[in-house]
Amino acid sequence: MGKYIVRRLLMMIPTFLGATFIIFTLAFTMPGDPLAGRCGQKPCPQNYVDWFRSFYGLDKPFIVQYLVYLGHLFTGNLGISNYTRNTVVHELAIRYPTTLKLALIAVLCEIIIGVTAGIVAGIRRGGFIDALVTVSTLVVIAIPVFVLGGLSQFAILKFNLNSIIPVTSNGSWRSLILPGVVLGSLYVAYVARLTRTNLVENLRADYVRTAYAKGMMPARAIGLHAMRNSLIPSITYVGASLGALMGGAIITERIFNINGVGSLIYRSINQRDGTTLVGAVLVIVVIYMVMTLVVDILYGYLDPRIGHE
Amino acid sequence: MKTTKVAVAGALCAAFALTLSACSGNNTTTPSTDTGSTTATAAATSITVRGCTPQNPLLGTDTSEVCGGNPLDASEAKLVHYNTDNAAPEMDIAQSIDSTDATNWTVKLNQGYKFQDGTEVKAKNFVDAWNWGAACDNAQINSYFFAMIDGFNDPTGDGCNTAATMSGLTVVDDYTFTIKTNAPTSNLVVRLGYTAFAPQPDAFFADTSQGKTDFAKTPIAAGPYQIVTNDDTQIVLKKFADYSGKYPGSVDQVTFKIYNDTSAAYNDVVANNLDLTDVIPSDQLVGDIWKTDLVNSDGSPRWGTANTGVIQVLSFSPASIDPQLADIRMRQAISMGFDRSAVTSTIFNNARTPATGWVSPVVDGYKAGACGDNCTFNPQQAKTLYDAAGGYKGTFYIWVNGDGGHDPWATAVCNQLKTNLGMDCAVKDTPDFATLRQLITSRDKSLTGMFRGGWQMDYPSIENFLTPIYATGASSNDTDYSNPQFDSLLKQAAAATDASQANSLYQQAEAILGQDLPTMPLWYQNSQFGFSTKVKSVKMTPFSTFDFSSVVLN
Repeated sequence: MGKYIVRRLLMMIPTFLGATFIIFTLAFTMPGDPLAGRCGQKPCPQNYVDWFRSFYGLDKPFIVQYLVYLGHLFTGNLGISNYTRNTVVHELAIRYPTTLKLALIAVLCEIIIGVTAGIVAGIRRGGFIDALVTVSTLVVIAIPVFVLGGLSQFAILKFNLNSIIPVTSNGSWRSLILPGVVLGSLYVAYVARLTRTNLVENLRADYVRTAYAKGMMPARAIGLHAMRNSLIPSITYVGASLGALMGGAIITERIFNINGVGSLIYRSINQRDGTTLVGAVLVIVVIYMVMTLVVDILYGYLDPRIGHE
Repeated sequence: MKTTKVAVAGALCAAFALTLSACSGNNTTTPSTDTGSTTATAAATSITVRGCTPQNPLLGTDTSEVCGGNPLDASEAKLVHYNTDNAAPEMDIAQSIDSTDATNWTVKLNQGYKFQDGTEVKAKNFVDAWNWGAACDNAQINSYFFAMIDGFNDPTGDGCNTAATMSGLTVVDDYTFTIKTNAPTSNLVVRLGYTAFAPQPDAFFADTSQGKTDFAKTPIAAGPYQIVTNDDTQIVLKKFADYSGKYPGSVDQVTFKIYNDTSAAYNDVVANNLDLTDVIPSDQLVGDIWKTDLVNSDGSPRWGTANTGVIQVLSFSPASIDPQLADIRMRQAISMGFDRSAVTSTIFNNARTPATGWVSPVVDGYKAGACGDNCTFNPQQAKTLYDAAGGYKGTFYIWVNGDGGHDPWATAVCNQLKTNLGMDCAVKDTPDFATLRQLITSRDKSLTGMFRGGWQMDYPSIENFLTPIYATGASSNDTDYSNPQFDSLLKQAAAATDASQANSLYQQAEAILGQDLPTMPLWYQNSQFGFSTKVKSVKMTPFSTFDFSSVVLN
């Protein structure tokens, strides 16, 4: 197992380096100039332009910019945002707590609602709840998140629940409930369906039938035997979604005015703030790689048939 | 019965999240802005205002956009203050600004005017600040605003002063200094209310950080509000107790909450989470949705509009890019070929006023009708002119930035041109404003037809709508317009010592634009704003900023 982890960690290095190059190239070959709209309708004064380009290193050839960036990267320096003149590390540090809170709320909804709905639907296959879960998850998957977000805001305002559940966020837990639930809803739908399918399949499996044959109570047969195996894919999915959620949610964060990583990425793209964009995306790449590794390791423990020798 | 299980699960999830919020309630650092939680601080009045992330350090000489400009505007006092209603300059720190020849100016300051750190505003605070702001070494975005001062040495044309000081500025005594301009500048007084001309305290010059960024985090100025904290989620301003001027703030604290999205700010005002927003999203203007959203329980409006110094135009591509537009008849036909008032009423619900010239009605020297018949809808004559000019070959493009909500009106203009002139017209969206500006400034060959331009005044003078945009070789002359007669009228007007004489010369210059039609005026922009049930008597200045001296809590 130790060997497996070391091998995976070593594999991350070329992946990370490759990602830096691709992301850097994409960010810095984006059409548009950070200075083009900066002074409104007027062009920026030449001395400001010159200062700006040299201060942010934009006057150097692309490959030099990349190598300088890479050099700084190894000392933990992600550069300076050309939009706010703060360090990118600072920009990320102030936003990560918010994004993390949002991701946690979304994942908790995913686990609690998704798994419960999946289990109930799986046990009562073909019943009313099963139909309800199938139809409602289909609806949730089909509706884009900005529609869902807007509708939920509208509903909260309509019923004057705003003082309990705010429609926009100031970074507090309470203000992240609504966006967290909206963001989590899509994942809830997938988790519910995943859990249901696996449970239905396992309930028909030989070992469950054997358990019943032994005279085991249904609650024990399902709870102990069928459920344990059925939840493995769901856990993998939840882990992967946590990785995705920690990368921020661009649309959701904008709708609910959440000052998280997603809105930082959106702003960086819009303002041609390449350094911030690359920094933010690289952090997401690292999170994703680590989360995938964790999920893979977890998988081995949950399902002994899958070894990591 | 079965359905309740899912509902219970949902409630559990919400309950869990609520518990979490209760746990973190004690150590949260963000002050709650929920209207439900009016706590013990009721004695101190405070309001929240929509804000956005400043792009530059908060210095008058380095701020040219509203995100930094709005908080800075509330915190600064300058020599002159613009009247909230008509933008007329009124003496503020200055007691008098006099000249007999429009070139040599004497500025006398009011004694005892205080900065927020208690030090007095003296003549050197202006002279040193201006010299610093103009110098190339400091790379300030607004350095070119000092270009009219004698001694502004700019051999490279970079818009900054290569020397450290300007010889045209002399400190006479603590409360007097003189300004010598390098050419007669009849409207100098009007210009001096712009943010670049704010004084800086001694603390500013003591700051050793590059670009004075440490000072600029929470700058000290002489205005009614002091910026006390400035971070990525909000900028907090507290009322300055020893404010010396005539325009004190009313509430004790003003907090600019940073929003990334104007729709979120609007929703928050509707929900009473935010007190003031200076932007109403364009989708809320359609059918006047915002006016029904923003109403108090007694039926009184929670919204308002203000005339602002903003004009929208469509610029004809320079002849070097689109030779077909060199024919004046073609430009006249296009300008006459669509009905401005139909667009402003159907697309904007009259939130814009059809333009009859190139100068905003809010400024001194405005005269209606400079564009004359050329901006009056006349489909028959337009068609005649269009046919006489030989018609437009190929597709005629209207270029707008796709991120500004310009598509609906541009499409409306296009459709009218199709119908009235029979030309093949199409709207081209660039992904964003930056891309459009880059195509324009690089004189990109693909940019044929017309492109959108908006102009927000820096200072309320007719001159600001003409010289920077239409003078030969001017910095914002996107259409490469050049007319010697126009240039000479501008020079004469600048040299006039009498304000009304200057205005009449500027109006003559504007009339020349009416004949040459380098751009096509569309409409004057009005600002819309909304406010919560908590406040009343909200007023907006012609610069689209809120007047914090008039806001009153209910």
